[in-house]
Amino acid sequence: MSTMTDPAVTAATDLRDDEELRRARGRRINGIARWVLPIALLALTLFWWHWVVTVNQIPHYVLPGPMLVAQTLVEDFATLAGSWWITIQVTFMALFLAVTVGVGLAILFNQSRLVEMSFFPYAVVLQVTPIIAIAPLIFIYVVDINLGLFTIDAQLVGLLICAWIVAFFPILSNTTLGLNSADHNLRDLFSIYGATRWQKLRYLQLPSALPYFLGGLRIAGGLSLIGAVVAEFVAGTGGVGSGLAFRILESSYRLQIPRMFAALFLIVLTGVAIYLAITWLTHVLLHKWHESAIKRET
Amino acid sequence: MTEATIAKAGSRPSLLQMQGVTKVFGGDVVALRGMDLDVRLGDFISLLGPSGCGKSTALRLISGLTHPTAGRIRWDGPHGTDDLGVVFQEPTLMPWATVEDNVFLPLRLKGKRKAEVQAAIDAALALVGLDAFAGAYPRELSGGMKMRVSIARAMVTRPKLILMDEPFAALDEITRFKLNNDLLAMRQAIGCTVIFVTHSVFESVFLSDRIVIMAARPGRVIRELQVDAPYPRTEEFRTSAEYAAHCRAASDALHEAMGDAA
Ligand SMILES: Nc1ncnc2c1ncn2[C@@H]1O[C@H](COP(=O)(O)OP(=O)(O)O)[C@@H](O)[C@H]1O
Ligand SMILES: [Mg+2]
Repeated sequence: MSTMTDPAVTAATDLRDDEELRRARGRRINGIARWVLPIALLALTLFWWHWVVTVNQIPHYVLPGPMLVAQTLVEDFATLAGSWWITIQVTFMALFLAVTVGVGLAILFNQSRLVEMSFFPYAVVLQVTPIIAIAPLIFIYVVDINLGLFTIDAQLVGLLICAWIVAFFPILSNTTLGLNSADHNLRDLFSIYGATRWQKLRYLQLPSALPYFLGGLRIAGGLSLIGAVVAEFVAGTGGVGSGLAFRILESSYRLQIPRMFAALFLIVLTGVAIYLAITWLTHVLLHKWHESAIKRET
Repeated sequence: MTEATIAKAGSRPSLLQMQGVTKVFGGDVVALRGMDLDVRLGDFISLLGPSGCGKSTALRLISGLTHPTAGRIRWDGPHGTDDLGVVFQEPTLMPWATVEDNVFLPLRLKGKRKAEVQAAIDAALALVGLDAFAGAYPRELSGGMKMRVSIARAMVTRPKLILMDEPFAALDEITRFKLNNDLLAMRQAIGCTVIFVTHSVFESVFLSDRIVIMAARPGRVIRELQVDAPYPRTEEFRTSAEYAAHCRAASDALHEAMGDAA
């Protein structure tokens, strides 16, 4: 609480007794362990993996060791990078669509009960239908989309639709919940001051919905990657867009297991990066005011 | 800050009248029955009564959030949304906005830009003694300070009438006494009319010049008391014999109200 530091508070550091110093030491050790432990465990896991593969002389077409995977990653990076880029593109475009359509629909539903009652069932149907079951149909019906400046290839359109279907529902449902969860006294206050619909939305409902939206975004971020990968498995080989899932399929046909692992590693890396980015975004947007993001000194 | 003079009760012009206002919820809950109240400019009216006697309902009716089932509420002269300020029992601040932006809200909703009303915001914050906290977020403030922000927000438009619904009920007694004193000073400074809901006899006597005693089931007005001690009132008034006598009278009237409601 920067606004309320006074000299009496700053001087208090010197008042710490042994007990408090012990607790302070404990906190410091905790802070270091938070980073060191997971890294050490990761190193240990990798070593154990390497050891199991070496000692048991497991052939690399069954289970490659971590060294071989790393080596493949470097050697095949030219091929893998292209696919990686495609997967990243599909994931982020799908996430972008999920956010715009999800938030847009949430606002629309919030503004009109009639629209909500009419369209919400379709959102639920999309959500409960396993994507893997409708993806083949989607790939039959999609066509190239000509946007004037450039054309989106039908295969890419299919991938986007699949990833979008998987990712948009958490955004829609969380944002809807958030828009409806504005404090009722504040809502009354806005009414008393004669706020317009737009002002209520802009200054009350959207800020109230932000933490909920970010919760949905965190789920949708992971889901859009899963959607992109799953859809590509269904789309199979061929076509222009050949992402990481295509590399995995291809490697499995050719028994290039190390390359499969390398592709898998890139997918995991992407997912973790998305998760961290959204966590960071959440912190930036909420740390000043929302309970979930406030660190309290105990 | 100009010291608005508050005319003696009775000689003041009328601000609004509740005429036989009845509010029924769900067909059978009579929250308020036949309430008559003549609010005059400069009044400090307390609505005093046990919970469930329709105090909040009366305020919601006056604020226009809900409409009477029967009877009517008549304002004298034109009035717009900036003639009314409201303070709820909870501070009801926007947690994502700074103190300053919370106080700015009523003006923002009027379509004002912050730069053009900065002086009004600063004045409102100075009035409640929080000028140093303009950039703080509500979570950084104590309960009493949050309530001050809420009051500053209600006063920033310099409204004719401020409605307060048990604003200090959740605060500790020391903070409440301080806020009672300060509220009177602020009211003196901007010269507004106040309708103040409370279930504390002491608070109502200290603050108001008119106490409207209400009873529950059905919610209704039992009687009205006058507290004719002059403003400004200070801590001295709180320990005076006059204050004690008024408290006794209000307390008796309240018991009477509770008695015939039981
Ligand atoms: N929106 C509502 N719907 C149904 N009953 C209500 C509603 N608001 C208030 N009441 C009822 O009206 C009565 C008076 O309520 P209220 O005005 O809140 O009393 P007070 O503020 O004096 O405690 C209570 O019995 C309460 O349950
Ligand atoms: Mg109430």
